[in-house]
Amino acid sequence: MTSTAPTRISTRFKALAAEGRPGLVTFITAGDPDGATSRAILAALPAAGADLIELGMPFTDPMADGPAVQAAGLRALKGGQTLVHTLEMVADFRTRDAATPIVLMGYYNPIYVYGVARFLADARAAGVDGLIVVDLPPEEDDELCIPALAAGLDFIRLATPTTDDKRLPTVLTHTAGFVYYVSITGITGAATPDANLVAQAVARIKSHTDLPVAVGFGVKTPAQAAAIAAGADAVVVGSALVEAVRTSLDADGRATAQTVPAVAGLVADLSQAVRAVKRG
Amino acid sequence: MNAPNSYRTGPDDRGHFGIHGGRFVAETLMPQILALEAAYEAAKADPAFKAEMDGYLAHYVGRPSPLYYAERFSEHLGGAKVYLKREELNHTGSHKVNNVLGQILLARRMGKPRIIAETGAGQHGVATATLCARFGLKCVVYMGAVDVERQKPNVFRMQMLGAEVIPVTSGACTLKDAMNEALRDWVTNVADTFYCIGTVAGPHPYPSMVRDFQSIIGRETRSQLMEMEGRLPDSLVAAVGGGSNAMGLFHEFLDDPSVEIFGVEAAGRGLDTKEHAASIAGGRPGVLHGNRTYLLMDGDGQITEAHSISAGLDYPGIGPEHSWLNDIGRVKYISCTDDEALAAFQVLSKLEGIIPALESAHAVAKVMDLAPQRPKDHIMVVNLSGRGDKDIFAVAEHLGAGL
Repeated sequence: MTSTAPTRISTRFKALAAEGRPGLVTFITAGDPDGATSRAILAALPAAGADLIELGMPFTDPMADGPAVQAAGLRALKGGQTLVHTLEMVADFRTRDAATPIVLMGYYNPIYVYGVARFLADARAAGVDGLIVVDLPPEEDDELCIPALAAGLDFIRLATPTTDDKRLPTVLTHTAGFVYYVSITGITGAATPDANLVAQAVARIKSHTDLPVAVGFGVKTPAQAAAIAAGADAVVVGSALVEAVRTSLDADGRATAQTVPAVAGLVADLSQAVRAVKRG
Repeated sequence: MNAPNSYRTGPDDRGHFGIHGGRFVAETLMPQILALEAAYEAAKADPAFKAEMDGYLAHYVGRPSPLYYAERFSEHLGGAKVYLKREELNHTGSHKVNNVLGQILLARRMGKPRIIAETGAGQHGVATATLCARFGLKCVVYMGAVDVERQKPNVFRMQMLGAEVIPVTSGACTLKDAMNEALRDWVTNVADTFYCIGTVAGPHPYPSMVRDFQSIIGRETRSQLMEMEGRLPDSLVAAVGGGSNAMGLFHEFLDDPSVEIFGVEAAGRGLDTKEHAASIAGGRPGVLHGNRTYLLMDGDGQITEAHSISAGLDYPGIGPEHSWLNDIGRVKYISCTDDEALAAFQVLSKLEGIIPALESAHAVAKVMDLAPQRPKDHIMVVNLSGRGDKDIFAVAEHLGAGL
């Protein structure tokens, strides 16, 4: 099922391997705090040092997310963000950036209601490269994973500390693009992962697959990002970036002149730390 | 659609009832859900588990619950003979204990020392806190902050029983949000924690497991009615939020074609307003909290807030088996407004000396519509799923009587 044709995701991971450094994956919530500001943040990410971008599709009931990402989703929904707007945002980004991979991340219901076939066609046309849908385990692959792969979109699976060696092949079967290792047993932005345990887990996953492994959940600072990235192909930072959005807002929750620079500045710091990680 | 040979064989091995059900959860939880399924299958096949259940059901819960002919209420309505299945007489005051007992015994078999639960009206929380006290397990109950306010007596009961009650302040601060927080807790503490879901919803195997634990309601009803009347009921009526008391009564009779079955959704301030909790009447199929089912949502797939005077029905979804029974037409889903439920609450209290829970009052209200249209030899059974003591403050407020 896995496509062998180069995609933006596989091309980017090959380039990172050639450079001999891990990548930085940045997560922001689409439409947070408003549509225009969110587009400006997205546009600023590659220059600030993001190697891949995860774009959160807001949902009212994000069961695997901590308070920071929950709040970002509610800000976006309050601002009128819809799945249609999120796809338009990607299409707009693609007019200026043809290389940086974009992965949409979220929950299944908005996609199911939009219609799976229509969603896959529109996402592909907009320039989306992959999907991470938190509440679709391998047991529900018929819903979206297999149609997505057929439509030429990578379906990126989460592997977790509770995914043992027996289950890992099930999780990896239809995974494409990269594997997202959830570094903690918990929700986004919660406990701080232990870099040594993460490196062991990544090695365990790599013994089952040739796909790159990105690690996220709970990585907040440039130092943590570098420590985690040292044992993986890429590190994902999300809650810290949406917190940077939140703390830049005015008393009424509106974007300020500081909002885009706050996020871009943190991405630059993270990128610098991650780029300093050299491999042998 | 052709009628299946049996309505009682579901779900399939992936937890599907028609298009509904399934296992829509984060990967972190999947190994635990599979372990739960295996543990439940093993327990079902183990006579020792059944014997343990039966012992506690008889001596701790107080089963069987009576099937009571509501003579004055029936005379008042002037039609069908109305029987009340007295689940409110169970220990802890509702049907919830039947399911909690099963899950807690299962948690013990699985070696899980910490139990979490979500609760709306507090009935499931109280039942969970009660059995955790009985078996010495740590108990954490998530409850929407709005519900904490409107169900204060139950919050205090849970605390007296040793449970930690965590008010949930995200979203609308009601049952849906409590379930989100419980799932977040479970994702975080999955190694030592058992999630005791209170209704016939959530990822497979919960909907069928909770149904199985509640099905004792229908089995008792059948044998009690055979003894009292020598025949099956003509109709069944039960309130549906998530739908566990209704599934518990209905499941036994699904393959008896002469039995007409009514599930009553909460219509809140009316189906023509946005303030209701009738997922079948006013919703569409979607995916939330581990299953596909009818949900209240907007055009973008964002879940909308439910409203009901009854905290236990105030949820924007319904159990997946109910959604399927609706789709195939075996059960008729009707609805009842806040005002109708309040009126029924008072009528039953005054005529029978039985104060129903506001949840159960929704079913009683529809009996008041249906029974007068039925002949005197029609036997109608309504599930009196809980007692109304917890609701007297809320009802007093609605009636303008300060307590």
